[in-house]
Amino acid sequence: MEQAKKDKLAKVAQNIRRDIITEVYSASSGHPGGSLGTADILAYLYFEEMNVDPKNPKMADRDRFVMSKGHCAPALYAVLAERGYFPVEDLKGFRSIDSHLEGHPDMKKVPGVDMSTGSLGQGVCAAGGMAMAGKLDKKDYRVYAILGDGEIEEGQVWEAAMFAAQYNLDNLTIFVDFNGLQIDGDITKVMNPTPIDKKFEAFGWNVLTCDAHDFDSIEAAVSAAKATKGKPTAIVAKSVKGKGVSFMENQAGWHGKAPNEEEYNQAMKELGAE
Amino acid sequence: MADKIATREAYGSALAEFGDKYDFVVMDADLSKSTKTDTFKKKFPERFINMGIAEANMITTAAGIASCGKTVFASSFAMFASGRAFEQVRNSVAYPHLNVKIGATHAGISVGEDGATHQCLEDIALMRALPGMVVISPADAIEARAAVLAAIEHDGPVYLRFGRLSVPVYNDPATYKFELGKGIVLSEGSDVTIIANGLLVPEAVNAAEMLKADGIRAEVINIHTIKPIDAELITKSVSKTGAVVTCEEHNIIGGLGSAVAEVLCENCPAPMERIGAKDKFGKSGKPAALLKMYEMTADDIAAAAKRAIKKKTK
Repeated sequence: MEQAKKDKLAKVAQNIRRDIITEVYSASSGHPGGSLGTADILAYLYFEEMNVDPKNPKMADRDRFVMSKGHCAPALYAVLAERGYFPVEDLKGFRSIDSHLEGHPDMKKVPGVDMSTGSLGQGVCAAGGMAMAGKLDKKDYRVYAILGDGEIEEGQVWEAAMFAAQYNLDNLTIFVDFNGLQIDGDITKVMNPTPIDKKFEAFGWNVLTCDAHDFDSIEAAVSAAKATKGKPTAIVAKSVKGKGVSFMENQAGWHGKAPNEEEYNQAMKELGAE
Repeated sequence: MADKIATREAYGSALAEFGDKYDFVVMDADLSKSTKTDTFKKKFPERFINMGIAEANMITTAAGIASCGKTVFASSFAMFASGRAFEQVRNSVAYPHLNVKIGATHAGISVGEDGATHQCLEDIALMRALPGMVVISPADAIEARAAVLAAIEHDGPVYLRFGRLSVPVYNDPATYKFELGKGIVLSEGSDVTIIANGLLVPEAVNAAEMLKADGIRAEVINIHTIKPIDAELITKSVSKTGAVVTCEEHNIIGGLGSAVAEVLCENCPAPMERIGAKDKFGKSGKPAALLKMYEMTADDIAAAAKRAIKKKTK
């Protein structure tokens, strides 16, 4: 990837991270850890890869995105606002009674949200349905989803995995946000879902890995996914929960907690706010 | 009464019939021979998706397809469509108000020999509690066909309840009219209102005949749409008769009986009796014997009507 493009995406991702902190701080609740970890993938998808039009969010042939780990709504709202679906100013209303930005994404209220999510395991199934609809309608749009590594403990994820392989949904690409932490701690200690790659391989998927914070690595994986015919692709994206804010990095405690004023100021400073 | 046809048969035939005019997709979870969606599959194989034995994924995948502007019928037994996949129906179908039509067959005690695990008596209660969900329980093949068409034409989620057992076709296809959310008065009366749906509608009609012999004039109403319920018709009838009996192949908790009670408590409280499973699970047996054991026959309805009328005089 050219350096100029990389610099642009890095700037977008930095804005997304500041937005996430602003949202969660304004709401005094929400999920900053996982949201920060997905910022680079979202920046790449929405600013580089996906065929979308913020002025026409329901465009029939658009690429689709599903935030299957719906609690990372702050990251999704941030990228949508940065991309121009709605004013960045709206983000300060996150989780408040008069805002369209519900605690978890609502497709009926937020332009650009392709599926309402929040109940873990369901988003990826809906993404499978969107990919199937594309095949039925002979459209060439692609469908992306981000799942949590803890989320794949939900059984219906594997029902969807069987389905997508059975129907050769090569227009479906999912990222498993592999940060190794869930609410109660280390994923391998709570209910070990590893080896994630071998599981998806056994279910008949094309499996790739990437560094969730390296745009070259993300781009290489997405390009390889698009070139794969006859199989859905799972990209196991090695990420750092809380990425970009030193005291939140790799801390399960920052899964669903809002920063206080001091922490907010510190986080914004680390993220380059003026 | 002429032929006997199971409402699930009518469901499968209706999907195949309307598939010509309407562009919908049909999904099943490895039960297409039982739910009768195989009738559609044979005619439109490219629009049929077998999801395997995975109802949770079926419902959520249906939501994903519907989010792309298509109408989807997702079928399984009532137990699994409404029960196993309840949370998927709630969060991925009802909350985003998508065009997923749940074709739930093998509802009620008349499933018969398979027994309690497969006799769903709680589905209406579950589905009725979901905002924006339309809930329909047709009484015969003619009504079932009409309900499928209404579901296709309705914008939003619909729960359609069908039975396994062959039941009398009492409606005349030439004159029958289905209106979503509107009850049908089958006979007029002034002493008691009998409200029924599903296979208990013919039993209610027979009960009214039996009551006539005792000089009791019963008004029989078919409430095929449990939600939205025809509050106007129910209130009007019970204001006139002053007593009511509800009849459903469902637990008396949460279904038609509860829905009618809610309407009447707010508008015109009246003595009431409820025919249905009395907060019990089902069991194995022949359907007719089970309907008798669980007190869902014309005799039971007539007796309940008399009890309701008796309470009036107090």
